[in-house]
Amino acid sequence: MRALLSKILRVGRVAEPAPPLPGGVPLRRELTGSVQVRCVDAGSCNGCEIEIGQAFGPVYDADRYGARLVASPRHADVLAVTGPVTRNMATALRRTLNATPEPRLVVAVGDCAIDCGEFAGGPGVQGPVDSVVPVDIAVPGCPPAPEAIVAALRRVTGR
Amino acid sequence: MSGSVFGAPVTASGITTSVLQVGLIVVGAPLLTGLMRQVRARMEGRSGAGIGQPWRDLRKLMRKKPLAPDGTGPVFRTGPLVQVSTTLMAAAAIPFVSVHTGLGGAADLIAVVALLTLGTATLALAGLDTGTAFGGMGASREMTITALAEPTVLMATFALSTRVGSTNLPAIVDAGLKDAGRVVSPVSVLAAFALAAVVLAEAGRLPVDNPSTHLELTMVHEAMVLEYSGPDLALVELAASMRLAVLLGLWSALFLPWGTATATGALPVAGATGLFVLKVGVLGAGLAAAEVFMAKLRLFRVPELLAGSFLLAVLAVSASFFL
Amino acid sequence: MNLIGSALAGAAGCAGAAMTAAVAVPARTRAAAVGVLTTAAGVCGAVGGAAALSGRTFSAHLPDLLPLAGMYLGVDALSGLFIAVAGVVIAIVAGYGIGYGSHGHGPGRAASCALPVFGAAMLLVPAAASVSTFLFFWELMAVASLLLVLSEHEKRDSVREAGLWYAVMTQLGFVLILLALAWLAAASGGETFAEIRAGAPRLSPLLRGTVFVLTLAGFGSKSGIVPLHAWLPRAHPEAPSPVSALMSAVMVNLGVYGIVRVGMDLLGGGSRWWWLLAMAAGAVSAVFGILQASVAGDLKRLLAYSTTENMGLVLLGLGAAGLFRTSHQPVLAGITLAAALLHVVTHSAFKALLFCSAGSVLRATGVRDLDALGGLRSALPVTTAVFAVGALGAAALPGGAGFVSEWLLLQSLIHGLAVPGIVVSVALPIAVAAVALSAGLAVATFVKALGTGFLARPRSDSAARAVESPPAMTVAMVLLAAGSTVLAVVPGLLGSALSRAVGAVSPGGAAVSDAVARRLAVLGSTMSPLVVVAGTVAGTALVATVLRLVTASRRRAVPLWDCGAGPPSARMQYTATSFAEPLQRVFDDVLAPESDVDVTPVVESEYLVRSVSYRRMVPDRIEHRLYTPVIAAVRWVGGAARGLANGSVHRYLGYAFSSLVVLLVALAAIR
Repeated sequence: MRALLSKILRVGRVAEPAPPLPGGVPLRRELTGSVQVRCVDAGSCNGCEIEIGQAFGPVYDADRYGARLVASPRHADVLAVTGPVTRNMATALRRTLNATPEPRLVVAVGDCAIDCGEFAGGPGVQGPVDSVVPVDIAVPGCPPAPEAIVAALRRVTGR
Repeated sequence: MSGSVFGAPVTASGITTSVLQVGLIVVGAPLLTGLMRQVRARMEGRSGAGIGQPWRDLRKLMRKKPLAPDGTGPVFRTGPLVQVSTTLMAAAAIPFVSVHTGLGGAADLIAVVALLTLGTATLALAGLDTGTAFGGMGASREMTITALAEPTVLMATFALSTRVGSTNLPAIVDAGLKDAGRVVSPVSVLAAFALAAVVLAEAGRLPVDNPSTHLELTMVHEAMVLEYSGPDLALVELAASMRLAVLLGLWSALFLPWGTATATGALPVAGATGLFVLKVGVLGAGLAAAEVFMAKLRLFRVPELLAGSFLLAVLAVSASFFL
Repeated sequence: MNLIGSALAGAAGCAGAAMTAAVAVPARTRAAAVGVLTTAAGVCGAVGGAAALSGRTFSAHLPDLLPLAGMYLGVDALSGLFIAVAGVVIAIVAGYGIGYGSHGHGPGRAASCALPVFGAAMLLVPAAASVSTFLFFWELMAVASLLLVLSEHEKRDSVREAGLWYAVMTQLGFVLILLALAWLAAASGGETFAEIRAGAPRLSPLLRGTVFVLTLAGFGSKSGIVPLHAWLPRAHPEAPSPVSALMSAVMVNLGVYGIVRVGMDLLGGGSRWWWLLAMAAGAVSAVFGILQASVAGDLKRLLAYSTTENMGLVLLGLGAAGLFRTSHQPVLAGITLAAALLHVVTHSAFKALLFCSAGSVLRATGVRDLDALGGLRSALPVTTAVFAVGALGAAALPGGAGFVSEWLLLQSLIHGLAVPGIVVSVALPIAVAAVALSAGLAVATFVKALGTGFLARPRSDSAARAVESPPAMTVAMVLLAAGSTVLAVVPGLLGSALSRAVGAVSPGGAAVSDAVARRLAVLGSTMSPLVVVAGTVAGTALVATVLRLVTASRRRAVPLWDCGAGPPSARMQYTATSFAEPLQRVFDDVLAPESDVDVTPVVESEYLVRSVSYRRMVPDRIEHRLYTPVIAAVRWVGGAARGLANGSVHRYLGYAFSSLVVLLVALAAIR
């Protein structure tokens, strides 16, 4: 416990200073200030998941803008979908969207989610996310940098 | 009997006090949760979302469109309402800022604890009502913990009220204010530790439950409410915050009663309000700071913690008889 | 003859008429005729009891009714309390029985005949004022209830087994009471209660102690006190539900009545160790009962164990009252006794309600197993609502009847600090710990019963096909629910009745009664269940209104969240067993559950599994450890004695002759 305490005191704040707020009006007025995110892995290689994890880690600290990861789409406002949508996950993705209360947004995270990327034409791949559910924000990159993910979420929270 | 004084008819100032306390808890509880998250965030090296974040979350949830999951019934709908209203009743009854509350007739320690348990039981029923595996799992775990925490509460109640001769909360607080030796006696200290463990368990804090977990299999309270969304979820979260605030307030009223107003009038009540906010804020911040150093206990280790607190409570009772 | 006498006579008359109707009326209208007449008997009893509670008394000697001694009747406020409770419950449950009896659940002629007898006997047991009268009614009640327990014996084998257990236990209890009271009557020089009351103080402490222990065991077995509770979780589930309701809500009370009447009234208080014994038995019953209930999967078995718990709490209260009385604290003793008696009343209300609603479930589904129920709330809305009211009472939460009586019990224990002495300071914390443990577990138990039994979705076809019970049953259940809610909200209505009942068996009499009434009023002013309940209801309405104003839009129907994998099936729900699993694990060492895993391999290879069956049971450990060896010993003795009876008449004549000789020699030696 003393070791942990001295580490806390020694390290201090690790969160990087907040970059300026990306421009543009908030996408949904109802969601300003607070956005709960449910991740849906529709067939990703887990690269994007690692970056999402980073975005919510202490360094990028998406929490400070009012974003939070939640365990159920019932609690969520935003579905962060990663990967090309595989045949096995297409129905599950639609059901997840249906389970989310309105107003809700879908963020396609990563190149695969946008256009199937590396996996385009694969035998198990059904298509990009917007072929299954409507996409509101796209975050390109393979994988996208945590800053990009945070910036996309800040467009929703407006903070 | 000292209790009779406090069973006096409801007065205007009492009602004002109760309304003030309810307002304080409703407005302040999410801020307390925000403060605790902020303390935790700072200790983790984050910058944190600010203490107003829970209110922003609630505002957003209230704006969302409500859902009616198939196969759920009236119990599912009313669960959060009852949870909120029992907590409000407790907030109105416990002497947070003044010993003259408007609910003198209901300001009984056993009744208050039973009211909070009623809220828990209703929400557990709501969890079972969904018929999902997680709802049932959460309800089962929550009720197990409640069943094991309840004995400690009653034993500690017993220890605290034997000297006063009443379970009436204003009487207990008043006795503590008049005689500080009562509050720092071995009885009180043992009971304080016992009740502290129960506060953690009932409010779903570490090491009993992790309020910020995302892993269903480790959830207790969260698993029970996984099916709630939008405004219903807002009520559940508000109730959870209020419960924490009420439990911390109860703990501070019992073991740190100093500052609670005994006189009526605007000035003493205003001062007491400030002190109450300070006490609960400090307790909450301390709890959040302590949680950084803790890991969640395995579910089947929790009974050991609660049995330990029960033992402390029994010791407190024995002390109240022998010392 | 005053009002009480006429009321009791009326009750007996109505019961007699009901018996006649049971024999004479054709099967189609039998249930209705018997039910209406038994209800009338119950109403008469309730009137008589209420009259006794309002301060009247009654006594009579009817020399012609029983041979040798005649029948002595005497009703004071204590009797009145038990008669009134019995009368109300009998009246309502008999009405319920009319509905329960329709549609093929109808009792046969014998059972229809036994029901009014059972009811009348329960009304008259507290009215008995001599040992022989008391024993007569007691045995009448036992035999009638045995017939009723056995009324479905043709349908299930388990009924016969339960009947056997009940018969043996109840008769053993009767023998203990008979021995004790006969001895007491012989020693104190008369068999009427008045003579015993006058003669008892002169008796030796050893005799009085022995009598108390024997009656505690005898009456305790009737009340389902551990370790004499073994019949209760067997007989209650197997009896028809109106009978279970009567047994669990009224008959068990009479065990309490017996202990109060003999221990506090006839023996006049006695020594400290008596009451410590009673407290210990009560504490163990309370905790063990609710622990077994919390893991029980059979709805009626759960309720039966909950009866053991509640009777344990009552006995705990009685013990504490006796303890305070022996410490010369008559008023405190009075308050504690009042708390115990209030718990008797509230328990009767919510337990009758719970058994009636369990009967409604059983009638609708034919299933008692909570694991196979679920989803009844839409098909059985009234039953679910009234079960919820009863469960609230049994869980001792605000708004429930049990809350006020447990609160009063805790209050009286808290005030016990005023009593000096190391014994009290050791006994009271343990008592409070027992109450506290049972209160916590009761909440979990009844959340389980309501949540897994009635909410969510049906887990079996029988539960899915359920239809609501006929009006006779629902009206009776709603009446019981209303009654227990009134008790829960304004228990102060009973204040003067309770203090009179306490005064009837307290050494100070009217003075104690007045003091108790004053103290109850003071205590009542510190906690008002009305304020608590009204506040919570108003708060809920307020929050609901605010929510409606803030969020105006309609709810969108969505499927349950299934993790995207398709609708969850009813088998994925938590069942009663899974709900109680954590508790069962926590109390593993006490409950000692048994599990069985059977793995069946395919024929070709024992490494390939074809099916696995897993079964877990939580047997009653006391029954296991205590009764099984005793029964085995009795069996062994019986088997060994078989050699003595080889069928030869000569040998039997030889036995008779030699025992006669031994007896004569023994007599000669003694004289």
